[in-house]
Amino acid sequence: MKERLVAIYHGFGLPRLIIAGFLLLLLIIAGGTELSVAGLLSDALVRIGQNGIYVLAMVPSIQAGVGLNFGLPVGVICGIVGVLVAMEFSLLGFSGFLVAILLAVPLAIGAGYLYSLLINRVAGQEMMVGTYVGFSVVAGMCIFWLMAPFKNPALIWPVGGQGLRVTLTLADTFAGVLNDFLAFEISGLKVPTGLLLFYGFIAFLVWVFFRTKAGVAMEVVGRNPRFAAASGLSLNKYRTLGIIMSTVLAAIGYAVYAQSFGFVQLYNGPLMTAFPAVAGVLIGGASTREAKVRHAILGVVLFQTLLTVAMPVTNQLIEGNISEIARVVVSNGMILYALTRATGGDQA
Amino acid sequence: MNQVKRLISRNAVPLLFGIVCLLGVYFAKMPGQFLLMEIVKRMARNSFLVLSLIIPVAAGMGLNFGIVLGALAGQIALILSTHWEWAGIGGLLLTALLATPLAVLFGFLAGMLLNKAKGREMITGMVMGFFANGLYQFVFLFLVGTVIPFDNPRLRISTSPGLRNTIDLSRIKGTLDGIWEVRYGFTKFPMVTFLVIAVLALAIWAFFRTKLGQEFRAVGQDRHIAGVSGINVDRNRILAIVISTVLAAWGQLIFLQNIGTLNTYNSHEQVGTFAIAALLIGGATVTKATIGQALMGTFLFHLLFAVSPNAGQTIFGSAQVGEYFRVFVAYGIIAISLALHAWQSKSLARASLEEDLSS
Repeated sequence: MKERLVAIYHGFGLPRLIIAGFLLLLLIIAGGTELSVAGLLSDALVRIGQNGIYVLAMVPSIQAGVGLNFGLPVGVICGIVGVLVAMEFSLLGFSGFLVAILLAVPLAIGAGYLYSLLINRVAGQEMMVGTYVGFSVVAGMCIFWLMAPFKNPALIWPVGGQGLRVTLTLADTFAGVLNDFLAFEISGLKVPTGLLLFYGFIAFLVWVFFRTKAGVAMEVVGRNPRFAAASGLSLNKYRTLGIIMSTVLAAIGYAVYAQSFGFVQLYNGPLMTAFPAVAGVLIGGASTREAKVRHAILGVVLFQTLLTVAMPVTNQLIEGNISEIARVVVSNGMILYALTRATGGDQA
Repeated sequence: MNQVKRLISRNAVPLLFGIVCLLGVYFAKMPGQFLLMEIVKRMARNSFLVLSLIIPVAAGMGLNFGIVLGALAGQIALILSTHWEWAGIGGLLLTALLATPLAVLFGFLAGMLLNKAKGREMITGMVMGFFANGLYQFVFLFLVGTVIPFDNPRLRISTSPGLRNTIDLSRIKGTLDGIWEVRYGFTKFPMVTFLVIAVLALAIWAFFRTKLGQEFRAVGQDRHIAGVSGINVDRNRILAIVISTVLAAWGQLIFLQNIGTLNTYNSHEQVGTFAIAALLIGGATVTKATIGQALMGTFLFHLLFAVSPNAGQTIFGSAQVGEYFRVFVAYGIIAISLALHAWQSKSLARASLEEDLSS
């Protein structure tokens, strides 16, 4: 019995125990105030489904040996373009959502391939180069949003007839198509069934992939490049595949995020998307060298629940919106912890 | 002929940006006097911060994205000095004195952390900057006025916790610039500020001729060889970051005394990015940066900053395009430099491996 407990403890890890304990404490405090615990958990479920695919996008890049994908905005931008085109043609409901994804995925495959050409040449510095490629793409797209040939008056500034607005609402097109699909409520706890099912489905696909021959080969390439090269595996091929998968997941993740959030935020909106996702997978127990689907799921559940529950509870204790700062401190603290751990890796 | 070629290829980046800047100046159609005023002001503000990056580069730690910590130390000192109503040049010097131990402490902690992340100092430094920013906001947006008693109407609005978003620095505004100004047309040259920058440049030049400076160079060239020859690598690396952080704190004070208002929660956010972009545009790389490159880069980067909105207006009919363009350039130049560096060091490593195999 004792050994089993110890094994469970080691499998779960101390950081996760601390966070889970803290969460429990917050929920108990919330129970003592007039806050509705069921309401808090409903919000947490939405946030988990909303951010889950971003976190999942870290798994293929880490497993392929590229490290944490700080270039996530490359994929997110493809997702944004897909969503915008669907909005331009005022496609409603599921058709809008599906068209957005169908447009975003090929774009993301192309962008991911180009991105991999760069990343494969900078082995050892992937994370730093990725961060700034992501930033540059977001900044460069700011110019695109200003000049893009969108005509739908709901998207562009009312004056001048050109340039997309900073914040666009999806309320008239496909906001909440997944969230409201088969949604139900038990004693105050609202479950966004469609959102969670879709997230589960994507997570399942990634899980299945790592059980195929290509998936196992990718893992070998990431874990032990010398051994992989000696056994005749092409390193660049699997690294490219990992980056493309990660980029495609980011693009799909954006469409899911946007329909749940209900708004599209352009310009500098997607600048920092990579950081909460990176922190999420690390909180779930991944390292810069190893990440499993279960790490991504556990991480997003813990991190997003923490953020959702922490804000209203601390609001009861001190004034002001602490959630943004908690997000910054927890996510960057977690990334720092992972970067300074002596893992023997030398990615920058 | 070959020499000309080498000169061009060695200075390709500043040359390219020189051309972009010239085009910008041409299209911006700004009056020469105004342009001169802008560039003098911006050089005075930013050169010190850019120079603070040089020492860690020489010590092999790459571009110090952690100078944000130094900027934070400067701002914390400035918040306190505003509270105590320090004024004039004496007040500014006292603030710099107050910022120094803070910056030493921050730099020491940062150096310890970076020693645990050898080979990935840059990403660690960058994330460290974000993390420190979060803690800073937590202290000054929440703890001040709730846990930390702090009642000063100049710094706080009594109805909500936290400091004001903008703090008026009129007590120290222009105290350094204003000691001795030489007028030329509309432009005022802040001679003392430029003198301070020149002294720093000279000090860095002299520093690399001391024993410690040479040790930094040795550590930068090869950690292992330096370690074997009896240099305390870890101590030197921490020292390099401490020096850089202290310089950045002073640099941020020079910057803010010129601007005259403190944006409490975002004056410091872009310090690292913009200073690093300026250094790289001057032709510096991750492993080599000189004083000339820092000053040249500051000039080119801020010329580009000054002309972009107007050039965007003429070329695209939108000043906004120009503003986004300059941010794009800042991020883009960092991405390209980092990628080129990684690419070159990878092919160097491969070349040496092939040599080993053939011998």
